[in-house]
Amino acid sequence: MAAQNGGTTNGGTRWIGTRPVRPDGVDKVTGRARFGADLHLPNMLVGKVLRSPHAHARIRSIDTSAALALPGVKAIVTRDDFDDLPSEFVPAGEMLINYRDVVRNVMAREKALFEGHPLAAVAATSEKVAKEALDLIRVDYEVLPHVLDIDEAIAPDAPLLHEDMITAGVEPPPSAPSNVAKVVEFAHGDVEAGFAEADVVVEREFSTQPVHQGYIEPHSCVASFAEDGQAELWCTTQGHFVVRGHCAKLLGMEVSKLRVTASEIGGGFGGKTVVYLEPLALALSRKSGHPVKMTMSREEVFRASGPAPGTWARVRVGVTKDGRITAGEAELKYQAGAFQGSPVQPGCMCAFAPYDLEHVKVTGYDVVVNRPKVAAYRAPGAPQSEYAVESIIDELAKRIGMDPVELRLKNAAREGTRAAYGPTFGPIGLVETLEAARSHEHYRAPLAPGRGRGVASGFWFNIGGETCATLNLGEDGTIALVAGTPDIGGSRAALCLQTAEALGVDVEKIRPLIGDTSTLGYTFLTGGSRTAFASGLAVIEASKDMIGQLCERAAKIWNIPVDAVEWADGEARPAGANAGEFDPLTLADLAGVAGKTGGPIVGRAQINAQGAGPSFGTHLVDVDVDRETGRVTIERYTVIQDAGKAVHPSYVEGQLQGGAVQGIGWALNEEYVYDEYGRLQNPGFLDYRIPVCSDVPMIDTVIVEVANPTHPYGVRGVGETPIVPPMAAIANAVEGALGIRFTDLPMSPPRVLKALEEAHIPEAAD
Amino acid sequence: MARVHFTGNFRQLAGGDEEVSIDASTVRELLLKLGEHYPSLAPHLDEGVALAIDGVIHQDALFSRIEPHSDVHLMPKIAGG
Repeated sequence: MAAQNGGTTNGGTRWIGTRPVRPDGVDKVTGRARFGADLHLPNMLVGKVLRSPHAHARIRSIDTSAALALPGVKAIVTRDDFDDLPSEFVPAGEMLINYRDVVRNVMAREKALFEGHPLAAVAATSEKVAKEALDLIRVDYEVLPHVLDIDEAIAPDAPLLHEDMITAGVEPPPSAPSNVAKVVEFAHGDVEAGFAEADVVVEREFSTQPVHQGYIEPHSCVASFAEDGQAELWCTTQGHFVVRGHCAKLLGMEVSKLRVTASEIGGGFGGKTVVYLEPLALALSRKSGHPVKMTMSREEVFRASGPAPGTWARVRVGVTKDGRITAGEAELKYQAGAFQGSPVQPGCMCAFAPYDLEHVKVTGYDVVVNRPKVAAYRAPGAPQSEYAVESIIDELAKRIGMDPVELRLKNAAREGTRAAYGPTFGPIGLVETLEAARSHEHYRAPLAPGRGRGVASGFWFNIGGETCATLNLGEDGTIALVAGTPDIGGSRAALCLQTAEALGVDVEKIRPLIGDTSTLGYTFLTGGSRTAFASGLAVIEASKDMIGQLCERAAKIWNIPVDAVEWADGEARPAGANAGEFDPLTLADLAGVAGKTGGPIVGRAQINAQGAGPSFGTHLVDVDVDRETGRVTIERYTVIQDAGKAVHPSYVEGQLQGGAVQGIGWALNEEYVYDEYGRLQNPGFLDYRIPVCSDVPMIDTVIVEVANPTHPYGVRGVGETPIVPPMAAIANAVEGALGIRFTDLPMSPPRVLKALEEAHIPEAAD
Repeated sequence: MARVHFTGNFRQLAGGDEEVSIDASTVRELLLKLGEHYPSLAPHLDEGVALAIDGVIHQDALFSRIEPHSDVHLMPKIAGG
């Protein structure tokens, strides 16, 4: 069942579970791959954005006349160039979108709600001219008091971001507005009765800071509007169909008039599921009649794109002496940024998901603050809540003298468990990850003096959704695979392998590409750990469609009924002795005569994939803490996760390693630092410190495979779960090293030093 | 009849009910009957919800089958990063 690095077997399949070189690899290592900023068009202008220097300010007026008079300036857009949209939550893909907020997020209207909020955009003949024009735009502000943190935002006399915001989810509805957009609650059982059964109850408060996804490629796009109202958009995005929908809505276009092409993408992790520059570039192109390129600087990425939310949590868990968790309760408050819609709801649903609990209650608050609107970041909402719960679980294990893996195993969710968020789990692999952790050499290895070892588990739902795929059979028997999900983590390879398996052909015969919005039906974005699963199902269905056509052609050639033809090992064969004796016809044979036997052969699928299998992981980490500097060093790290079936194990391992590394940054260093005026002080990778290679050891991985029954090969999504356990695993390891429980992230050197001083732990202990 | 459980704020919108039995053979039919039974819930059903049918999550799947003894959980839609 479990396999070490490089050891996953592909029992029963020819291609699934193998490790061919990725189809896009050569382009990426040679620089041929074209990312967001790599497209250049004739007569193209450069677009730049004027951003608010204030965290909260009413915009009395915007005067662009001097900027427009500057030679080389071709167009300027402000709030006046976008129609206001009513407050109405509408389904947009898998998410509910309020376009009233989207139109205000891309361009401030009544107020600037965060430092960096766009106020105007300029298109000019050069970047220099565009920047000069920005300096000539005059904005008259009424600066307002701002709120950055949850405590400030929910105070009774807090400045309001939205004067009409009445808290939803409260009965009776409040009579006065506040910065609390919504209250959600998930509960079953009777938590107080559960706590009464407990021998030990631990309750603590936790906080986490907003953290950025840290994608290396900044947001970038090129928009080109034609005189007939047709437009093209090239952009770096996780979902070009979603971009098309948002932009068409904001610009009042029919979606068929906007063709969006996804460039190669230099990282997204959830942060490229929304629009920022794209509507502005389109509006500037429409107004100027020129193509317009816009690219954010790194500073703009930090100031104006959405991070994961900062959070506060209070968690209480009870356990009996023999290790039965009797109840869990949590109160979670998440920053939404300038507009409502933090991931507090999935945070609530995930908090206790790894456990089989009879009594559980989680309450969540969605709180607006004067920061950029948060965006998705791998398993949005889950890392923060599970950090708090998994820290408490570790503390409970110590209090009752039980091994932390054993405590988790004793209470682990398994098939048939009613999840803390409601439904009953089907086949899941948490127990298998815990058993693999318990038996792993890492867990049993001696620990050097002064070091600590931590363990934590994590959960994410995974999703399916609307997905299309096309397989175009070439006349030589090779295949062009067209998918609608941008390739972020190796999905081209995963889709080729599933296609090769389904068709029974050599994977080298399949060439994948990502189609634009005019070449395929609507396809939801790459996110929710859905692509290997949902686009995988689509290419399998497209393969079946192609096989049906191939069998029909063979039947015609042989002059036998189609049901007398079978497809096996990549060729058509007579289905049994009664069908007649004919030499098999390979894919290449049938492709070569396709024109004479009915025309080109194209396999298509358009599906709404259901039944994504949930994913669990367990992480082990050893840390060393420098008592003199407060630096925490990751000495060893092992990720164990259920992949259902690892289609391409190297890319599954890459996802597990990447999630762990991002989690290490979240745990140890990453945070936004604001001054008293609400201005970000560290908008760059020098001061906002993400892990680099020298900060982390080789991340070991163990792929557990508990098949997802709704996928023919058992595939589950893998991309999000690995960012859930690291913060708690590292905090638990630091506690093991120092005897100090860190409840506020990040565990950066200054904080660790302060805690050491408060605990009177001398440097000599190092 | 299928047993429908309300999770999260759907319980509040269902007047505090934890569950209800509904005779329906598809998601569409079930949502229509739920909306009739709980008018406060109806607009939220139109916005889009997820249903866990016998443990398998379905989103935007009006014609997914509901068996006579299915266990159904009404949930918020799930997205991701």
